[in-house]
Amino acid sequence: MNGLITRRTMLAGGAASLLAAPWVAKAQANTLRIGMQSILSGPIALLGTSSRNALMMEQDRINAAGGFLGRQIEFVFRDSKGQPQEAARLTRELVNSTGCELLIDAEASSGAFAVQEVVRDLGVACIHTNSETSSLTADPKIRVPTAFRVARQGVHDAVAGSIYLSEYANAKKLNKWATCSPDYAYGRDTTAQYLQFFKQFKPDIEIVTEAWPKLGQPDFTEVITKLIQAKPQALFTLLYAGDLSAFVNQGNIYALFTQMAVATPNVDYPVLAAIKNLPPGIQSATRYLETFPDTPANKEWGQAYLKRWNERPTNWSWQNTVAMHFYEAAIKKANSLDGKAIAAALTGMKIDTPFGVDGTITMRDDHTTINYAIGWGQTTPKEPFIIDVKAADWGKIIELETEWKKQQKYI
Amino acid sequence: MDLDALGACLTTPACLVTQTTSGLIVGMLLFLVAAGVTLIFGVLKVVNFAHGTFYMLGGYVAYTALGVTDSYAAAVLSATLAMALFGVVFERALISRVYGSNVLMQLLICYAVVLIFDDVVKIVWGPEFHAMGMPPAFQVPPLFIAGGVVPPFYAVLIGIAALIAIVLGLGLSMTRLGKTVRAAALNPQMVSALGVNTTLLFAIVFAVGGGLAGLAGALAAPVRSLSPGMGFSILIESFIVTVIGGMGSIAGALVSALLIGMVRGFGTIGFPQFTDGLIYIVMIAILLLRPQGLFGRSS
Repeated sequence: MNGLITRRTMLAGGAASLLAAPWVAKAQANTLRIGMQSILSGPIALLGTSSRNALMMEQDRINAAGGFLGRQIEFVFRDSKGQPQEAARLTRELVNSTGCELLIDAEASSGAFAVQEVVRDLGVACIHTNSETSSLTADPKIRVPTAFRVARQGVHDAVAGSIYLSEYANAKKLNKWATCSPDYAYGRDTTAQYLQFFKQFKPDIEIVTEAWPKLGQPDFTEVITKLIQAKPQALFTLLYAGDLSAFVNQGNIYALFTQMAVATPNVDYPVLAAIKNLPPGIQSATRYLETFPDTPANKEWGQAYLKRWNERPTNWSWQNTVAMHFYEAAIKKANSLDGKAIAAALTGMKIDTPFGVDGTITMRDDHTTINYAIGWGQTTPKEPFIIDVKAADWGKIIELETEWKKQQKYI
Repeated sequence: MDLDALGACLTTPACLVTQTTSGLIVGMLLFLVAAGVTLIFGVLKVVNFAHGTFYMLGGYVAYTALGVTDSYAAAVLSATLAMALFGVVFERALISRVYGSNVLMQLLICYAVVLIFDDVVKIVWGPEFHAMGMPPAFQVPPLFIAGGVVPPFYAVLIGIAALIAIVLGLGLSMTRLGKTVRAAALNPQMVSALGVNTTLLFAIVFAVGGGLAGLAGALAAPVRSLSPGMGFSILIESFIVTVIGGMGSIAGALVSALLIGMVRGFGTIGFPQFTDGLIYIVMIAILLLRPQGLFGRSS
């Protein structure tokens, strides 16, 4: 009988398994699940995949340090494909069916507003990591007690970008501008914010045409030819990820970038790498740049990400990383996973991080972060891709953001 | 609505040239995809909802082939042949089993293929977008004709698509195989009774349809982002083209694809907020006047 499994052995094994089962189940139940849904496929999947990559690095780091409240953490990732109704459904499912106790909402704004309402209903702690539409947290009617945002914000970028671009436009005498932004909340709202501040700093600019391509639109030919017909001196665009790559590649064959200056706040490393024949001299925000802030900690994180994933991080990567830093600090402070307790701990919290302009980022009492690194420079086809970076003035950003909030009757 | 801008464009040679080129390129790429849809429907009465998948896979195959061979011509050829072969396998393995079945069964099979190959693309090429980039031969400044902008790459694309349209038209009307295909579209039982190998004929039709979609995907790859699910948007438009042109009519597909292209090209000037809606209004107007489509036969 040696080497064969006898009936007795089978029974003993089975009994042992039965006895062990509760312990295994308990160990599994003890794991803290964190739900994350995002756009993980399609032309702007980079948003979701680079967020997921950063979160997996955080999972390893946090678990190696003992987890949250002594429990190992485990992410549950879901693909909403960028559909708001799917994002809302997945959020509910992650909490009610999958047992997630915390949420990272890594949707673009199109999905984040839908998730926000589900979080309002569930009362669980949630951090939005990728929605840049200001009203998500700025508008008290939309704000939710247990939902926070760790992401750059349209109004902050608009102030910083407008100051930089007005100086650039004055120096180059560029008065006729065109805009080309994705046709949804983020594109519409943030373009309006940029134009509002841009006109404030440079009253003589004229918008000669506006283009609103759909999110994920495959062909920009009609948009490009329309821009050429309008003969602007400069173009401002909020296209991003695969859309920006396709727009630049299609624009190149019309020599679009020799006919007008271009400015965009949305250039990320992988997009820069994917754009073949990147035109030099595009005025660009930094999003994420290893050399801005130029600190060892920032470079170390960027290199660790590159080593792990064999590609550079994005703006979304650092935002998701900082979200986990905030959760870590807030849970430790609150000693609880309760949504209200975490919310109380998060409000007003300031943490040390490589991504802050002075090494810190603060979660303001209106549930959004400030003091993250914002800079503008110009593109170059080779590394570091963006050069001559000028840091934005956060004092000015907050001053004008407050004015804007008053205009919107948010405060 | 900006009718002044549209009027100014129509009377300015530079704008006319630029927007006409824009309309032609959009229309010709649509035609290549829609020609396959309408050919398959015309002969087999199968509405191939998986046709966008052929287009997507064509783009990805070209992307990989370019990386291996460093030749755009080889990439285009590889994508066309690979999708022609894929068309044959798709027809033999799946579609041939549901000829004459309920259209819902055909739809189910096509939809399954769409979902399966979207996931296959994610596994093989990853979920993120890829950009092929412009082949070096076309990295040249655009041509300026009467002040209008004409990219050389697009001029070549329009030329290739026009050539395909001529070959397809002549092939269907003047060759024995083409005549057999047309006969099969009208009366497949009679064609079969006359001893024609309809199994082979149907496989050839799928090969041609698949090859055309693969070709369109490969031609579009240098300028459009490649991503899983990219076939869906072009599928919708190619169905609009097929319906407007008349189900089963290659000439109708060409005319309606060019019509859609021009609506896009000039609609973006005159109706910038309503270009997509304009396409559907054109479709509704044509179908109200000719329910069978521009070149369709009345039942």
